[in-house]
Amino acid sequence: MRILVVEDDKDVAGFVVKGLREAGHTVEHADNGRDGLFLAASENFDAIILDRMLPGGIDGLRLMETLRAQDNTTPVLFLSALGQVDDRVKGLKAGGDDYLTKPFAFAELLARVEALTRRGKMDGPMTRLSVGDLEMDLLSRSVRRGEQKIELQPREFRLLEYLMRHAGQVVTRTMLLEGVWDYHFDPQTNVIDVHVSRLRQKIDKPFELPLLHTVRNAGYMLRAEEV
Amino acid sequence: MKETAADGTAAGKARKPGYRRLVRSAGRRFAVLYALMFGISTCLLAVSLWYSTIGLVQRQVENAIHSDDLALTALAQPPDGNLAEVAEAIATRVLSPADVGSIYLLVDGAGKRVAGNLDSWPRGLTEMNVWYQLPVSRDGTESVALLRAETLPGGAKLIVGRDVRVRAQLWRVLRNGLIWTGFLMVVLGVVGAIVIRSIFRRMVRDISITSRAIAKGDLSRRLPVGVGEEFDELAVIINDMLDRISRLMDGVRQVSNAIAHDLRTPVTRARTRLEDAALHAGSKEDMQAAIERAIQDLDGIVGVFEALLRIAEIEAGSRRAAFASIDLTQTLWDMDELYRAVAEERGLHLRAIINAPLPVFGDRELVQQAVANLLDNALKFSAPGMTIDLSARLEDGVVQIVVADRGPGIAPADRNRATERFFRAEAARNTAGSGLGLALVSAVAQLHNGTLQLFDNNPGLRAVICLPSRE
Repeated sequence: MRILVVEDDKDVAGFVVKGLREAGHTVEHADNGRDGLFLAASENFDAIILDRMLPGGIDGLRLMETLRAQDNTTPVLFLSALGQVDDRVKGLKAGGDDYLTKPFAFAELLARVEALTRRGKMDGPMTRLSVGDLEMDLLSRSVRRGEQKIELQPREFRLLEYLMRHAGQVVTRTMLLEGVWDYHFDPQTNVIDVHVSRLRQKIDKPFELPLLHTVRNAGYMLRAEEV
Repeated sequence: MKETAADGTAAGKARKPGYRRLVRSAGRRFAVLYALMFGISTCLLAVSLWYSTIGLVQRQVENAIHSDDLALTALAQPPDGNLAEVAEAIATRVLSPADVGSIYLLVDGAGKRVAGNLDSWPRGLTEMNVWYQLPVSRDGTESVALLRAETLPGGAKLIVGRDVRVRAQLWRVLRNGLIWTGFLMVVLGVVGAIVIRSIFRRMVRDISITSRAIAKGDLSRRLPVGVGEEFDELAVIINDMLDRISRLMDGVRQVSNAIAHDLRTPVTRARTRLEDAALHAGSKEDMQAAIERAIQDLDGIVGVFEALLRIAEIEAGSRRAAFASIDLTQTLWDMDELYRAVAEERGLHLRAIINAPLPVFGDRELVQQAVANLLDNALKFSAPGMTIDLSARLEDGVVQIVVADRGPGIAPADRNRATERFFRAEAARNTAGSGLGLALVSAVAQLHNGTLQLFDNNPGLRAVICLPSRE
């Protein structure tokens, strides 16, 4: 994937760029708003990681508004030290696709960026999802693995749906809280782990090949092959 | 009457010069207003007094003359009436002691005096049937009389009147009295205005002296209450504001201290780990493990900062702008579902009794977080086999959300302080946590104009969030 990083802090930018390249992405970097806007408008990217506060007269919000005004729909992930709820809402309302507050764990950033680019490709209506021999019918809201039908609670169904839509990607606990429960804060208790382990009981326990994997220091991933 | 009116406005005349300069000061404006009201009411009083005394006397005299006149005219009416009879009646009346002060004059068609006690036809009396007040000569003495003349059948003319010297005296006395009163009123008005102005200035001075002291940093000062209802109201409002400011200041001070003290521990831990790894780590794995744990420590510190910022954001009240009418029933069932799994995992029993409807005007996300914090706490302090209760209901216009556990609870002495930032009860010293959870819950409740109360659950803690219901 081609990713544009617009970030003025050298350390953060270097860290992010290095990490993304290690994950196999092509990365361009701009350290001010003007260059960032020029790159974003003139070249094609799969995603843009954008700092809110930038030098060079054009801040992150302006940059994105300008892009959107030019009908550029490249997914944008805001990276900002402005962590208040208002700031997040403002960023998302202006057309941002996701918002991550500094400081952040790289795993979280990577997972979210990859989820963003995936989101762009899944625009068409889908009725079936499948990972390996696990199949989900979104119309009849039924799940089966191989020949066996799996009974899920409504919330477990949504959790699995989210994981299947992001199959092959790391999904962090925060992403699950936001995407499945619509909670925008971190509970002190390991609530997500418990729910994932319950889901694992139902979809993996009776079968030979595990699908739902725990990714250390990051989150979870649903995929057919061994990690 | 004209004189009295002039008396009343005497004060007004004195106020005219420099009026603009006067009204620039609020104190003077009140004083002038007071004097003005005082003057107007005095004028009204004088006018009504004048009318009710002098007017009454005048009307009585007029009535008496009129009835006299009628009686005498009747005697002159043909066929049996004649001038001689009228003259006789007049003569009788002039002599009667009851009619002292009565004035009569009857002249025949030729203008010759026939009867009466007036020496001659008064000068100035020209029109018939009109009231005159003229100087007359009566039996040789000069006097003032109220008179009315009339033509009798046959061309004779009759004057009937009353001596009004006595009335004129009364008039003079009353006028003098009113002039004096008017003068006194002016003096009282001016004195009153000065007194009012000085009272006003003293009240304002109290407020300004206190405010100045507060502005200089003495936040313990408060405005005096008990000066007067309106000023008290103002003073109470200002005092409330000062209380709030001082609480906020205390909060800031306390938080800065707490940050300095409480964050030192995890920072020290992270630093030690990193330094230790740098100096002693034998292998790459050791190094990696040390770094990972240091990152965890730092994440914990970041978490504390985030919670602090969140609380500050909530306390600033800016999120009220995003308030909406919501029902918490489904929200709470969702929380129950989210936490039930964890509770079961830990061998706890989560019992939820949520009675719809739970209408609230507020921020769903914040209420979620508040309840999540309470549930986190309950889970943290419960041992396997214990029960946690989550209940919610609408009662008397208040939505009550209760989270009760059977853990160690909070000692009564600590309960009031439990919602302070960084406060950690003795029993909680050994568990993980930042001491910010309840502070956030309390801030959320207050943002919704509600309260967070902590009770003994015998044993355990019973946390009650009360939010005013939306109407």
